[in-house]
Amino acid sequence: MLEKALRGSGKYWGLVGFLLVLIGAGLGCYLWQFREGLQITGLSRDVPWGFYISQFTFLVGVAASAVILVLPYYLHDYKAFGRIVVLGEFLAVAAVIMCMLFVFVDMGQPMRVLNVMLHPTPQSVMFWDVLVLSGYLVLNVVISRVTFSAEVKGVAPAAWIRPLIVLSIPWAVSIHTVTAFLYSGLGARPFWLTAILAPRFLASAFSSGPSLLILLCLLLKKFTRFDAGSKAIQKLGVIVVYAMLVNIFFVGVELFTALYSDIPEHKHHFQYLFLGLEGKTMMVPWMWFSQTVGMLSVLFLLNPKVRQKERFLALGCLGVIVAIWIEKGLGMVVGGFVPSTQGSLMEYWPTAPEVVIGLGVYGIGFLVLTVLYKVAVSERELEEA
Amino acid sequence: MESGRREFLKTAAGAAALGLGAGAASFVGAEALARSRAGQAAAGGGKRYALAVDTKKCAEREGCRACIDACHVTHNVPRIENREEEIKWVWKEEAEWVFQDRVHEYSGAELRRRPVLVLCNHCDNPPCVRVCPTQATFKSADGPVMMDPHRCIGCRYCVVGCPYGARSFNWKDPRPYIEHVDPAYPPRARGVVEKCTMCSERLAHGLLPACVEACAREGAGALLFGDMNDPESEIRKRVESSLSLRRKEHLGTRPQVYYTL
Amino acid sequence: MYDGGKVVFGLALFVALCTSPLWLSVARGGGGAEAPPLQMPAPAAGKCVRDGEWMRNSHMELLNSWRDEVVREGKRSEQLADGRVIEKSLTKTCLGCHTDKTQFCDRCHDYVGVKPFCFDCHVETAGG
Repeated sequence: MLEKALRGSGKYWGLVGFLLVLIGAGLGCYLWQFREGLQITGLSRDVPWGFYISQFTFLVGVAASAVILVLPYYLHDYKAFGRIVVLGEFLAVAAVIMCMLFVFVDMGQPMRVLNVMLHPTPQSVMFWDVLVLSGYLVLNVVISRVTFSAEVKGVAPAAWIRPLIVLSIPWAVSIHTVTAFLYSGLGARPFWLTAILAPRFLASAFSSGPSLLILLCLLLKKFTRFDAGSKAIQKLGVIVVYAMLVNIFFVGVELFTALYSDIPEHKHHFQYLFLGLEGKTMMVPWMWFSQTVGMLSVLFLLNPKVRQKERFLALGCLGVIVAIWIEKGLGMVVGGFVPSTQGSLMEYWPTAPEVVIGLGVYGIGFLVLTVLYKVAVSERELEEA
Repeated sequence: MESGRREFLKTAAGAAALGLGAGAASFVGAEALARSRAGQAAAGGGKRYALAVDTKKCAEREGCRACIDACHVTHNVPRIENREEEIKWVWKEEAEWVFQDRVHEYSGAELRRRPVLVLCNHCDNPPCVRVCPTQATFKSADGPVMMDPHRCIGCRYCVVGCPYGARSFNWKDPRPYIEHVDPAYPPRARGVVEKCTMCSERLAHGLLPACVEACAREGAGALLFGDMNDPESEIRKRVESSLSLRRKEHLGTRPQVYYTL
Repeated sequence: MYDGGKVVFGLALFVALCTSPLWLSVARGGGGAEAPPLQMPAPAAGKCVRDGEWMRNSHMELLNSWRDEVVREGKRSEQLADGRVIEKSLTKTCLGCHTDKTQFCDRCHDYVGVKPFCFDCHVETAGG
């Protein structure tokens, strides 16, 4: 099956080559960071987590969103997702790999990463996060492998896989919940100390993840003979719209609670993000851009006539991804650190090597995704031929 | 009253834990364990080391750095001027920031601007210990919150979880920033977190913490160290008889650094 | 097997690359390097905390357990079989006798090609 990834068009190899260049550049910068320490990043005493951990957080959402296909298909027998459910599982595999790599590149002592397993600490949410992410990776690798090879052979998958599939549904919810608990369980950080963080993470995941999946399906339709089918894509579009509306509602709920209660330690973080504090305004344009794009995209997609035009659907989905990537991949983490626990205002912006390392991680993830999608598409093309 | 409320909270937390499963149970379990350890120590004559800071006496010596220098020299703390990467175990901060919930706009300028000594609070319920995924930071039996730099993976979750900014991460190799390395205390490598350890290595040899000793040597007498579990100790008597503050009391961390204003 | 020739060639190349240090060593005359002469402490310093042969093989395990006991449990000293009480300290106790790290620790570590990170932090001599 995997050998299908070894034969492809010039465009395919061009993409693989491009991703390899990204990976090479990222690896080079990582070796530099490995030697010099995290001083080469923009992180600081007051903002100890930044680009890496926020990308991790965003990607956990992408990984969890596979459940949007798995649940309707396997529990409600929603046939339209039959052709793409494996694409969702492959996306989850690639996303979890990126999550793990983003945590790894963030470590000060990466050689000791196995200490987390050597000295298991159930009171630490990070320990649980490592557990659920590893478990989710294994589940998705096994499930996608077993169901897809059965499909290729034209037989029903082995019966033992079904309990695993059912298990993967709450498991998907758990990975993003535990990731939210990393943040929301800290008395030190009032910005994250909100019960709505986990629900909000899930809502943003279920809008950005399927958006990415729609874009990927449309790309496959354009560049290969694989067509996910408009019914599946339109259904995903509806899910994106409602999840995004719920996400915007949750953000509004948070804003109300922080601003109306007028409690300084809650309010200040939102002030920093949307208005700036004492002349520190680095995040302000980004946050307004994110909120505006998110709002416009969802209003745009809300209209079924617009949504049915695939070009517009793609545009709206891109808007949703950009909006959530900024909100979660930038504002959510950095906003929690400014002001710091001591009230100081130290801003953060990633440095060039930090971004290149991040791009390298994305390169690895998308290379995995490209190879897996190539296999899926080639087998599907064979079936149809 | 207080203990009744605690019991209720514990029961409620226990019920919630049953609902949430093993994960939540372990948080509550750890908390209960910490309490029972503290309780045992109190009953069995164990020690609970603490520090009391007389901020007024401290502030009277303007610009005094005796305790800070003594600590940083003793423990090979690098002097990195860059505020983003600096490492500090003990330092001074304005009262306005140290006691955000006690100082207000009508507090006198002297009080608001008063430099207050801050350091790791060696909490009885330390969030840093709770979040550490490898137990590299842990609570020792007699109170100090300790760091095991050998085990630290440098994830900085403890830095994120500490409400007092008391933890420093080594963004780079600290060695070039240590003027004179004292071989008696190993400096740290880049990529690990460090902080005040209440001079546990000195306590083991029957010495006072370096900061307390230096303060006494200066004749300031602003720092008082002792055992809170000993009802006859000077620190216990002072904390009992005067109004003392602990930082961010509402977070329930139960700091073991007491301030009098 | 499809592409049998290519597969076998690939495997052979992989094995050759992995074992190349061995072949290079043989090509250079083989026999391996001489065991380095280690500078032993003066007899006046007294006996080591453990049997010499045992230390040669297992000193790292001893140091690891000392590390955990001192840092995590606060047990800083140990009574030896012969009644002596020693401080469990690399810098003070070990290097107190083996005063020249370069002539003792480093020579053997270099010989066996290991880079213990103990010395990243633990300072070998006063002022170092």
